Amino acid sequence: MEVRVQNIRKAFGRFPALDDVSLDIRSGELIALLGPSGSGKTTLLRLIAGLESPTEGTIFFGDEDASKKSVQQRNIGFVFQHYALFRHMTVLDNISFGLKVRPARRRPPVAEIRRRALDLIDLVQLSGLEKRYPAQLSGGQRQRVALARAMAVEPNVLLLDEPFGALDAQVRKELRKWLREIHDRTGHTTVFVTHDQEEALELADRVVVMSKGAIEQVGTPDEIYDHPVSPFVYRFIGQSSGLNVTLASGEIRFEDRPIGLRDANEADGPATLYFRPHDVELVDGCGGCLAGLVTGSRRVAGTRHLELNLGSAHPSVEIELPPERASSVDQSRIAFRPTKWKLYRRKEDLTAPPLQAQTSAIELAPTGT
Amino acid sequence: MAHDISSASAAAPPSLVDAATSESRLARAVLTAVALGFVALFLLLPLTTVFIEAFRKGAGEFLAALADPETFSAIILTLTVAGIAVPLNLAFGVAAAWAIAKFEFKGKAFLTTLIDLPFSVSPVISGLVFVLLFGANSALGPLLQSYGLQILFAVPGLVLATVFVTFPFVARELIPLMQEQGTSDEEAALSLGATGWQTFWHVTLPNIKWGLLYGVLLCNARAMGEFGAVSVVSGHIRGQTNTMPLQVEILYNEYNFVAAFAVAALLALLALVTLVLKTALELRYSDEIAASRRH
Ligand SMILES: Nc1ncnc2c1ncn2[C@@H]1O[C@H](COP(=O)(O)OP(=O)(O)O)[C@@H](O)[C@H]1O
Ligand SMILES: [Mg+2]
Repeated sequence: MEVRVQNIRKAFGRFPALDDVSLDIRSGELIALLGPSGSGKTTLLRLIAGLESPTEGTIFFGDEDASKKSVQQRNIGFVFQHYALFRHMTVLDNISFGLKVRPARRRPPVAEIRRRALDLIDLVQLSGLEKRYPAQLSGGQRQRVALARAMAVEPNVLLLDEPFGALDAQVRKELRKWLREIHDRTGHTTVFVTHDQEEALELADRVVVMSKGAIEQVGTPDEIYDHPVSPFVYRFIGQSSGLNVTLASGEIRFEDRPIGLRDANEADGPATLYFRPHDVELVDGCGGCLAGLVTGSRRVAGTRHLELNLGSAHPSVEIELPPERASSVDQSRIAFRPTKWKLYRRKEDLTAPPLQAQTSAIELAPTGT
Repeated sequence: MAHDISSASAAAPPSLVDAATSESRLARAVLTAVALGFVALFLLLPLTTVFIEAFRKGAGEFLAALADPETFSAIILTLTVAGIAVPLNLAFGVAAAWAIAKFEFKGKAFLTTLIDLPFSVSPVISGLVFVLLFGANSALGPLLQSYGLQILFAVPGLVLATVFVTFPFVARELIPLMQEQGTSDEEAALSLGATGWQTFWHVTLPNIKWGLLYGVLLCNARAMGEFGAVSVVSGHIRGQTNTMPLQVEILYNEYNFVAAFAVAALLALLALVTLVLKTALELRYSDEIAASRRH
């Protein structure tokens, strides 16, 4: 089912956890809410579920205003961060719960409930474990029970809060693929929360990047990665470097020297130049380039990472080159130019998180909720 | 009686055992001896004395003492009062714990403190409060009396005083448990379409059932053993408003030692049964109890 979030504001006391958030979720899509801890992802998810009520704004399920409906009436499936399985019930009872508590006229017969629960157990690959209690399951298995339990009520929308947050890296990767398969098979409209950009980019049809209670950008993983609309997104997604530059009659200058890049549409003045480590080319004879001393070199899988010092006033910059290209430069000073880049004005920078050289999103995103 | 129970259950914090392993053997032996000696002197000795005195003149006398009409009516009265007070405090305790553990509201800290009040106030004062509220010179007493409702020196007064004194047991047991468990199980149930009542019955209650059982057992032991507050509101009408502890006092003051100790032994037995039941449940269901405390 299509879900529309319109101008939602949510304040806890006087603290605004969400400020004027609008989002259209398409029927059947798998959408990720991505952002650092505290950016309001869980709050948005709980508002859609009806576990919190908005301070202002409305939420539509299809054409119906769901804002006034209770969590029970919304018919959603919610997977909690720590699963919240009923510890005194078996796997089978956990999964059947949503059907068993229905009022008599909407409740399927006992045999039918059992059959549907067993089907789901099959779907989440837990056959044979239906008599186990949650305490007797591994983290990954609990996660799957939680998902099956949420799907048993045939929800309008599936909401997952950091579904893989508590699992180790190996299990995370497996479950990630598996969730995508389940989604493709069942076609539930699904919203999941994560602070792991890799997870969001790999899994989701569309990604919603959030920061400080607001949505920064909504787009496909490609759009988000290739065309970040703000310095925050540029820094949070993937790796990037930011350099303080100035614009003079359309020419971008670094340390008062032109670097061979032009942006004719921008007015003169200070700005920040962003580019990704792998979007650079080496240039011979610097008639307009960035140049720096190589201070470090690492081979990471198929590429070589070079750390460059562009001057003491600037953070060091990392670039990635194919190994054969990197080994052909033997001097310690190299010249390069970004091939894909983006310029942001300082004024915007002031509202973004503090800039660091070579900021990787993983470092930026604190682990945890 | 209740004091025996609470000190016995608090007697063995496991961490002390670990800490003691670094001490010398002598120190350990001395400490153990002191602890055991203390327990023997202050807990076992009095308890055995009660039973020895009760059976001093044989089992026949013991049974005869209990069969005395006044004593028998005291036993029935104690069971009645506990039978009303414990379920009431079960309901109040669950409601209060629920409110404190699962909701945020103004005055929450105040309510939490208030729940402890009966523990910190002398039982005599607790009884006096009801005398002031419902006595002949109060506003309420004569009014209720005119409707034929006798509070003081009758079962309602005994129940009120007992409820007041035993109020904290259930709530105290449940609040930390419920706070630790959080609200996500309940939210999960609601999100699956369960009503509030279904959520309570199928999710909350099973999660807290062990804590609830302990609370009820302790509450019951205290309800049957309460002396001070009950003594103030009872009026000591023989065969009518004397509960077992009050009856023990009367018999003792009349130098009827066998009968006094017979009733006392019965009360002590109740306390022992409570304790044994609690321990047995703990042993039998230790896995499940541990699981329900784990998050
Ligand atoms: N129940 C609450 N009471 C007060 N503040 C809250 C509550 N829930 C969330 N917040 C605050 O709202 C902000 C967003 O929280 P949350 O949505 O949980 O972030 P995220 O899931 O992105 O980490 C945080 O600053 C958090 O402290
Ligand atoms: Mg969160």
